[in-house]
Amino acid sequence: MDIPYTSQPRPDTGIYNAKVGIWLFLASEVMLFGALFSTYILLRVGARPEDWPTGLLNVPIGTFNTAVLIASSVTVVMAWASLKMKQFNRFKLFQAITVLCALTFLGIKSFEYRDKFTHYEVWKTDGTRITGHLEGKPMFMTLEKVKAAGKESILFTPDLHHYSEGKKAMHERDHGDHKAVEIPVAQIKRLSAFVPAHSTYFAIYFTLTGLHALHVLGGAVVMAYLFGPGAKMWFTDPDRLTNRVEVSGLFWHFVDLVWIFLFPILYLL
Amino acid sequence: MQATTHTMPHAGVHEAHHEEQGFWRKYIFSTDHKVIGIQYGLTALVFLLFGFFLMMMMRWQIAHPGQPIPLVGWLLERVLGDVAAKGVMSPDLYNSFGAMHGTIMVFLAIVPLAFGAFGNYVVPLQIGAPDMAFPRVNMASYQAYVLGGIIMFVSFFIPGGAAQAGWTSYSPLATSIPTDGQTFWLVGMIFLITSSLLGAVNFIATIIQLRAPGMTWMRLPFFVWAQFVTGFLLLLAFPPLEAAGIMQLMDKVAGTSFFLPTGLAVGGELANISGGGSPLLWQHLFWFLGHPEVYVLILPAMGIVCEVIANNTRKPIWGYKSLVYSALCIGFLSFIVWAHHMYLTGMGTKVATFFQTTTMIISIPSVIILTCFFISLWGGSIRFNTPMLFCLAFLPMFGIGGLTGLPLGFAASDLHLHDTYYVIAHFHYVVAPGTIFALFAGIYYWFPKMTGRMMNEFWGRVHFWGSLIFMNVVFQPMFAQGMSGMIRRMADGGANYATATLQKQGVEVIGGLSDKMMNLHTMILWGAVFLALVQIPFIINVFWSIKHGKKVTSDNPWNATTLEWQTPTPPPHGNFAHAPTVHRGPYEYSVPGHSSDFIPQNETDKGSRQH
Ligand code: HEM
Ligand SMILES: [Cu+2]
Repeated sequence: MDIPYTSQPRPDTGIYNAKVGIWLFLASEVMLFGALFSTYILLRVGARPEDWPTGLLNVPIGTFNTAVLIASSVTVVMAWASLKMKQFNRFKLFQAITVLCALTFLGIKSFEYRDKFTHYEVWKTDGTRITGHLEGKPMFMTLEKVKAAGKESILFTPDLHHYSEGKKAMHERDHGDHKAVEIPVAQIKRLSAFVPAHSTYFAIYFTLTGLHALHVLGGAVVMAYLFGPGAKMWFTDPDRLTNRVEVSGLFWHFVDLVWIFLFPILYLL
Repeated sequence: MQATTHTMPHAGVHEAHHEEQGFWRKYIFSTDHKVIGIQYGLTALVFLLFGFFLMMMMRWQIAHPGQPIPLVGWLLERVLGDVAAKGVMSPDLYNSFGAMHGTIMVFLAIVPLAFGAFGNYVVPLQIGAPDMAFPRVNMASYQAYVLGGIIMFVSFFIPGGAAQAGWTSYSPLATSIPTDGQTFWLVGMIFLITSSLLGAVNFIATIIQLRAPGMTWMRLPFFVWAQFVTGFLLLLAFPPLEAAGIMQLMDKVAGTSFFLPTGLAVGGELANISGGGSPLLWQHLFWFLGHPEVYVLILPAMGIVCEVIANNTRKPIWGYKSLVYSALCIGFLSFIVWAHHMYLTGMGTKVATFFQTTTMIISIPSVIILTCFFISLWGGSIRFNTPMLFCLAFLPMFGIGGLTGLPLGFAASDLHLHDTYYVIAHFHYVVAPGTIFALFAGIYYWFPKMTGRMMNEFWGRVHFWGSLIFMNVVFQPMFAQGMSGMIRRMADGGANYATATLQKQGVEVIGGLSDKMMNLHTMILWGAVFLALVQIPFIINVFWSIKHGKKVTSDNPWNATTLEWQTPTPPPHGNFAHAPTVHRGPYEYSVPGHSSDFIPQNETDKGSRQH
């Protein structure tokens, strides 16, 4: 006996196996991201406002990335529709665009990450806090590493405003040529780049976007496979290939949807 | 069709392809649900035994704190070094063993056995399917499980040893212990969670899509229903723990503070962290899985019990529909009771009241299920074979476990009982003489289908009576110890309560453990030793019977109604010689006017077998 309903729908349920599978899988994904979103809410509610950084992410870039993902949501449907209309070449085109969108998204995201890894906050012993850049733009520097290197002071180029001063100040921030200042190590209580350990905000930011990026990567690999070697199935079992594209598309929509939630809560609010 | 494409071979090619499978494809990297089921079963049994040994060593330490462990102490020192210096279990080692005993028993032994092994082997057969809906996903699920198991196992041997913060891994303790055990634990858990997600998706899809013609929902054997609900529990409850695991891993390796509060001091020093996290959040996320998980432990067991009882009372299960709806209710309600594990965290009386209410409500369907089983016995001409004995014992044992849960479910009485041995006794009664007995029953019951031979009845009975007696010797005293105030997770079993000696001098000390309670440790230790001894006949029986057991004379040695008995023995790849069609409900035993006392589900109304 062969396994039934691998490509044809079962009459009483009306769907084929893989589609049941992907919907179940997505249900579990909803719970996974649901738990993380709940964590976000809880941490944010529990944080003092001045400890919850806002406005540190680049909104235009984020918006652009959102657009890239939305565009890929459209092309992924077009790819599937092309197969339904038996237009294999059009499928290849749209599938390729979708994969490219995914890769673009990841590329941009990694630049954003890098930007955070070289951007610092200094908590001084007198209770003041400044954000800015270290000399030579190192990544992942910490007070321990500075001390271990035997330095007595750091050269720090401060931003015009600290994020705790609120949105308005942030918008007036000017990346022009502010003066670098020297801060003695003895006056520093804590030094951290905008890495996960910086604050609960960046912890949840990197966890959520990192997990999301892994999903994007996974989706891209599957869709690239269906574009490349997997596409050969068109000549042996076109219905099944169409189903595979549909199922990967469902997953892709979910990944996009997660981002639609991530973007406002992390970039805008 | 081109000869080079192997993606969708035709049926003929398919068969031929499988004929020539080598050893590796057939037994190690198999996609056949029956082989995977057996793989799951054997691996899980090994872990069950391993977890049991961990516990035996701990029981020695509790009964004789600071004395070298007999027989294996030297080996521990050899392998693990200082933590077992002179063969004595150090508190750190005790903590590791405790944490890993829980983890292994729940995630690597019982769930894989109940869901992975029995579910895999039996569900496709019972619904009349050729295999699981996604055979390769099924294989991946098993492999993820093995990987997770290996990671957990390896963690014993890394510097500092395995995780020490309990199977519940509460932060900040779990994050603050300065060894890598917890990191291994978390990575291992992520594999195990992935494994059950893949399994859950597969099971649910299989049950929805691959039921044989005529196998309507209300004709499903209750075992299938139980696995179906279990699948949903795993599917929806595990992801939040996965999220929590990822976050705890971040706390551990990336220095974040998801679960670490502001001002946390470790070892008397302020921790160098951002703070701002919430320890309670971990507990919520953990128990959001943790409670549904206990139903993952019990539902498949109830499914097995139902099958065996119907078969051996030779009459239809009483209240089939009540069973099904109760299982569905349990599935739903188990998502809204989790915080009854957290009454003492200071989450507030209003919240506690809510969870206390839902906890009382969820005990209703559990009671209904148990009642249905008891009533099913009424007026039956019961065949007392080994599987049936285990199932009969399941009923009162699970009953004790369930009823003792009620005082835990009330916040007021839980104040006294929380974190004591009473809780340990409660959940062991449901899981050990409860679930594990049902699993034993399942092994004795389905063994003839898997191998074509029966297990030895006499040694089965020895195994049964021994297990029943010594399970109770081990767990019954714990209720008393718990109620008298003995808290759990003490590396010395409470010897450090100096009060014990003060009491000897006639001083009345509130909260001290009396000698009477402390002496129970010895009884429990010997109970555990004998419990181990009576497992030996079982282990030998399983392996001996594969080759030498009494050969079955038919494909249906128990005269059962469900579809798994209507296949060749053992079922070949693809299961059924001819696709079955179902004509009736699952438990048509002793139907008046019928010549035999059972009617298989695929028998037509005219009484002629479908061929
Ligand atoms: C049917 C009624 C049940 C009720 C009312 C109930 C209630 C409770 C409560 C309130 C606790 C928390 C006690 C505390 O920590 O202070 C608890 C612990 C526990 N229960 Fe139950 N329970 C029931 C059934 C079960 C079943 C069927 C299982 C498993 C098959 C189970 C497994 C556990 C486990 C493993 C724990 C301990 C977790 C830990 O702290 O390590 N319970 N139960
Ligand atoms: Cu619970």
